[in-house]
Amino acid sequence: MAKLIKNGKVVDDNWQVLPADATEVPAGPVIVPLALWKSAAAELADRGELGVWLAPDEDPAEIAPALSGLDVVAVAFPKFADGRGYSTAALLRTRYGYQGELRAIGDVLRDQFFYLTRCGFDALQPQEARYTSEQLEAALASLGDFSEPYQGAVDRAEPVWRRHARGGVPA
Amino acid sequence: MYRYDAFDQRIVDERVAQFSDQTNRYLAGELNEDEYRPLRLQNGLYIQKQAPMLRVAVPYGLMSADQLRRIARLARDYDKGYVHFSTRQNIQFNWPALENVPKILAELAEVEMHAIQTSGNCIRNFTSDPYAGVAGDEAIDPRPWAEILRQWATFHPEFAYLPRKFKMAVNGAAEDRAVILCHDIGLDLVRNEAGETGFRVLVGGGLGRTPIIGKEISAFVPWQDIITYCEAILRVYNRFGRRDNMYKARIKILVQSLGIEAFREQVEAEWAHSRGGPSTLTEAEVARVSGHFVDPSYAALPAEDAGHRQALADNKAFAAWAKRNVRAHKQPGYASVVLSLKKTGVAPGDISSDQLDLVADWADRFSFGEVRSTHEQNLVLADVRQSDLFAVWQAARDAGLATPNIGLLTDMICCPGGDFCNLANAKSIPVAEAIQQRFDDLDYLHDIGDIEINISGCMNACGHHHVGHIGILGVDKNGQEWYQVTIGGAQGNTASLGKVIGPSFARAEMPDVIARIIEIYIEERHADERFIDTARRIGIEPFKTRVYADREVKKKVVNG
Repeated sequence: MAKLIKNGKVVDDNWQVLPADATEVPAGPVIVPLALWKSAAAELADRGELGVWLAPDEDPAEIAPALSGLDVVAVAFPKFADGRGYSTAALLRTRYGYQGELRAIGDVLRDQFFYLTRCGFDALQPQEARYTSEQLEAALASLGDFSEPYQGAVDRAEPVWRRHARGGVPA
Repeated sequence: MYRYDAFDQRIVDERVAQFSDQTNRYLAGELNEDEYRPLRLQNGLYIQKQAPMLRVAVPYGLMSADQLRRIARLARDYDKGYVHFSTRQNIQFNWPALENVPKILAELAEVEMHAIQTSGNCIRNFTSDPYAGVAGDEAIDPRPWAEILRQWATFHPEFAYLPRKFKMAVNGAAEDRAVILCHDIGLDLVRNEAGETGFRVLVGGGLGRTPIIGKEISAFVPWQDIITYCEAILRVYNRFGRRDNMYKARIKILVQSLGIEAFREQVEAEWAHSRGGPSTLTEAEVARVSGHFVDPSYAALPAEDAGHRQALADNKAFAAWAKRNVRAHKQPGYASVVLSLKKTGVAPGDISSDQLDLVADWADRFSFGEVRSTHEQNLVLADVRQSDLFAVWQAARDAGLATPNIGLLTDMICCPGGDFCNLANAKSIPVAEAIQQRFDDLDYLHDIGDIEINISGCMNACGHHHVGHIGILGVDKNGQEWYQVTIGGAQGNTASLGKVIGPSFARAEMPDVIARIIEIYIEERHADERFIDTARRIGIEPFKTRVYADREVKKKVVNG
């Protein structure tokens, strides 16, 4: 079974992510591409266990009105160096108030875990073949790379100078 | 200068641990080359021709004497005993071994230094005025603002994988000495009619392949809002900047394609959501950081020191140095000293470990223990008593750091070029040296006066050739090194881009080309007119005609 890092732990995952060109929605928990979700809105309306995934150039505003009915929103990183998904995640959490599972999928690597979670992802799914199960467990350490980041972001909205008293002003 | 508290120190310490682990995983084969590359770049580590190059951050050009001593030691222990100062005020080690880099970073962290975000597609190290806090024309000290923004940008989670690199600079004086018109975001500290502090914000400037002068996106952003405003700009850029072509990925291309009005509208729409939020700056935080940049304990001195005046009268060489390398200071009886890293025969911006140790000692003895690096690749002792200038000059002269050429033709800006850099099309250091050798007559140099020659070894323009009064760009033609010349570029408040004068030249021709350009200037200038003013007045034609005179003759002979 596929693995997922959810809230800092490795868990089994039974969600199926449909490819971008999918036209049929199979049974079971599925994460569908935005285009399919838009074209099959009526059919999907009463379906439980539904998620939508966004490509880097897709605007989260398109799913904003429907967020309360989604169990998962996934953001795809076709290449880890394409950083648009960080802004997509931040917008979903702050602008559109999405509270459910926000999952990073695609070229998701441990060296980006810290930034991804700071931008609001609570679920991280590296490609299945990328890490052995031992490596995936070891990768959890990267979630804690920095204990007190300077700036505010989704996870800690306040910058460090609001979170803590900072002294050290020389006399 | 800014000193770390426990939070700052923990962040650089955690960075060392993170990068050591990443490098170990890379060396063990767990991280592939493509995965490791952005990680090492965001730690300033390039893989170059002969060896890696490590770029260490010098936030807005400010260093302590102890930091310089540490740099000197690291250059001895892990490199070849010298370092290079870059045009963005940073320090480059040219020969460290990859496996030593984590150790180097750990030793840097011990003196509150790091290599964070000195490369890569992220917000880079902030640059500013090397005379901040001591210049007479300063309205607002830029250093606290640069430090506040440096902290905000450090490991910003949303903007670590931008379409391309992102450079920011802050200026607070009447004269722009931070090149803010040529940055992705240029910040100009200003006061509004009510006397409140804020920023005039410029966006979309940059050199490189497509040089563009930045445009004003806001005439006044209140200081409280500068973080949320910059985040709005960066979010629009991160989402909509081009990622299909790295040559069109800088924010300047987005601003150009949308037009500044449409870009501003998008930024304002984004900002409407975040303005007033938790990232809004507080007076307490600004006061905390500003407390690190109070004036040192200056002595009450007469405006002019009699002994200094006498020394100027008695010693011609000292006077020549003082004329070019000493700058006025806001504090009576003090001056700022520029230590020239442009001695003929030494690569521009290079300095040895022994020299670094000496500069650190002079900083302790004469300038409150601080040193600054400049965009022009020199060093500054900012707070020297006039009565100490003679002693500083003697020491600097003995150490080869008193070439009296600041602002003169031989004070060239020059990238490392093809001798070191993988990107370069052509060498730049030997061109600089050949020109320096050609202009070895100090009286002639002083007669020519203020002029900026900037040399880049490729289109990436690390040597800022577009904004040199004379710009030299290395180009590749059929595997050979050629040099294209521009005239009329300038940095500062009236920044402009130079115009190409014509076909490129072989390296051996370059000293003659520059000599002819200077001849025209000498012939055409009005009294006391600087090169750039003459060039702007007469245009490039007279220069072009003289420089290509031989070629026309040759062509006619061939054709005729």
